[in-house]
Amino acid sequence: MASVFEYAPAPESRSVVDIAPSYGLFIDGEFTDAADGKVFKTVSPSSEEVLAEVAQAGAADVDRAVKAARKAFEKWSALPGSERAKYLFRIARIIQERSRELAVLETLDNGKPIKETRDADLPLVAAHFFYYAGWADKLDHAGYGANPRPLGVAGQVIPWNFPLLMLAWKIAPALATGNTVVLKPAETTPLSALFFADICRQAGLPKGVVNILTGYGDAGAALVEHPDVNKVAFTGSTAVGKKIARHVAGTDKKVTLELGGKGANIVFDDAPVDQAVEGIVTGIFFNQGQVCCAGSRLLVQESIHDELLHSLKRRLSTLRLGDPLDKNTDIGAINSAEQLARITALADTGEAEGAERWSPACELPSSGYWFAPTLFTNVTQAHIVARDEIFGPVLSVLTFRTPDEAVAKANNSQYGLSAGIWTEKGSRILAVANKLRAGVVWANTFNKFDPTSPFGGYKESGFGREGGRHGLEAYLDV
Amino acid sequence: MSETTTRLNVFKTYKLYVGGKFPRSESGRVYEVSDSKGNWLANAPLASRKDARDAVVAARKAFGGWAGATAYNRGQILYRIAEMLEGRREQFVREVGEAEGLSKSKAAAVVDAAIDRWVWYAGWTDKIGQVVGAANPVAGPFFNLSTPEPTGVVTVVAPQDSSFLGLVSVIAPVIATGNTAVVIASEESPLPALSLGEVLATSDLPGGVVNILSGKAAEMGPHLASHQDVNAIDLAGADAALAKELEIAAADNLKRVLRPQPVDDWTADPGTSRMTAFLETKTVWHPTGSLGASGSSY
Repeated sequence: MASVFEYAPAPESRSVVDIAPSYGLFIDGEFTDAADGKVFKTVSPSSEEVLAEVAQAGAADVDRAVKAARKAFEKWSALPGSERAKYLFRIARIIQERSRELAVLETLDNGKPIKETRDADLPLVAAHFFYYAGWADKLDHAGYGANPRPLGVAGQVIPWNFPLLMLAWKIAPALATGNTVVLKPAETTPLSALFFADICRQAGLPKGVVNILTGYGDAGAALVEHPDVNKVAFTGSTAVGKKIARHVAGTDKKVTLELGGKGANIVFDDAPVDQAVEGIVTGIFFNQGQVCCAGSRLLVQESIHDELLHSLKRRLSTLRLGDPLDKNTDIGAINSAEQLARITALADTGEAEGAERWSPACELPSSGYWFAPTLFTNVTQAHIVARDEIFGPVLSVLTFRTPDEAVAKANNSQYGLSAGIWTEKGSRILAVANKLRAGVVWANTFNKFDPTSPFGGYKESGFGREGGRHGLEAYLDV
Repeated sequence: MSETTTRLNVFKTYKLYVGGKFPRSESGRVYEVSDSKGNWLANAPLASRKDARDAVVAARKAFGGWAGATAYNRGQILYRIAEMLEGRREQFVREVGEAEGLSKSKAAAVVDAAIDRWVWYAGWTDKIGQVVGAANPVAGPFFNLSTPEPTGVVTVVAPQDSSFLGLVSVIAPVIATGNTAVVIASEESPLPALSLGEVLATSDLPGGVVNILSGKAAEMGPHLASHQDVNAIDLAGADAALAKELEIAAADNLKRVLRPQPVDDWTADPGTSRMTAFLETKTVWHPTGSLGASGSSY
């Protein structure tokens, strides 16, 4: 669609961030090479430019980091909560001070639009540390009995879709409750965790309290399986989550898992269409759909299907895909070639199964990993695009006639992480929300997050909650 | 008095409790149950894999209605269970005494504690939501409410030693919050559990909310742990090896697992952890809007 308005490029400056040519692992307060000297490269998904070379942790490094965390645990857990709180408040403040730098860094390493890292990721990261800082000296009042104790060393493995935010969700409650941490960021997005290590140094955090191991899945597995790890926290795929659940069987390790989803976004015939369209777009195209709680299944009441789809397509035609550092960009790059291949294959399956595919006219940049916003209509519940998590900017559209049918279809999934409801009728919102088997229900909104608000799934979307008072339980011996 | 005038007492046929009915095992199998001195007490059903699957079907069917009942209603039904048990107190004192080799007074104390445990959980049904739920002060114009919900169908491997108080202590917290249960009774001492089924059947508890199987945890456990329509498993009565095996099987559909925990004294304050282990937290967001000049603002 030719636009009346043309946009001039409005790129955020890269000069605010200084990426070194190489980084080591962060163990016991020092940056260090991997024991076997291995390194890997991290690239910018929007350009395939190599950003830096980082150390690749192996089992020996995992052992070294766990030992450092164990050594640090005794003093850290014995600190008065009010002192631990002050370290976390310091970290929150430094993140706020450095948030533009971190936003640009995250956009470079992850490929998501600067608009999102600047306005969503980074403010939430700082808020999360600020929130849990305040809990550190109030644990007696958290509802887990008097003087609840930390677990010990937490092994944490996080994904690439919200690298620094997932780090915050893991590290802030762990430290507030007196645990020490070994964290492995995803191999495609290691940089912001390494910058966070520097923030820990600036904050004067005692050595060994936070250790960062960059590396691949083997390092994550070694961390989860390490006998001296007391707590495992994982965010990622359901398949890996199941592996972890098997590995920890018969041990005393406490586990929380935040896994996949196939969120239903239900639009009733009385919904305000323009607002619903915005919510649908936020639900599935935020972060290129690489969100576990994405509203990837649109359930539309049959009577408004055509009208809604017309509005939705018109809206999608106005989305701007391109340079993630451009402040006008809505859709950035897919995080990796591997993820792009997965999305492409699943979308091709959708077509092969007979669903109708549509994308707006959309020019993809010549280098980097890109996927145009995509809709599938004429989708049935049996279609793979209606069942499997695609983790990309692909929306499957299904219809329903009655609220009961909407609920049945929404719940017809192995997952149960998120859902959306769009209607003007309050009692219908409450009735439907009550029947949905999902951990987070957004009514007349979507993809909202807050450190005070517990987040996590039903069924195969995992167990345990992150955020709020509920999020403390995962790190306490209760 | 001559021997011929001594009245011959009527034995009870102990049966499973599934879907509100009392079937024998579909396998036709039974096993001998003895008292602590080795004297024969009864033939209990040796429940099979198929019985376990039937129990899951019954528990799933009952889940919607039980989870959807008001907390007040669930509380009254749990209290009714205590009332019915009180009326059958002497029977359970005898059965528990025989099962666990306890004197009459000690068995009576156990039964009293079990009755009181139902009363304790009857009172929890409409309070747990206020204790573990939350109105969350998010940084934006949103109503944000977290409420606990039952996780679904829960398999319970009941404690082996405490055949009645232990049993009640693991069943009551599961169903108080709206879950439904498939229970594998103590293998050696299943009779108090099977008799409890008769109490539940007369307490207004909808059929299928609690299903009680007697037999071998090692035989039925793996099928229930890997069952795709079971949401959680309580391993209270599994030994270390079985607990590990079942936890691994449970990972197939990411069941919530409550690992065996040492319990020195079943009469102690149970706390809330057996309820929270089988609760999900659902968080609902809605814009609050404003009533200012701009009107609706979502």
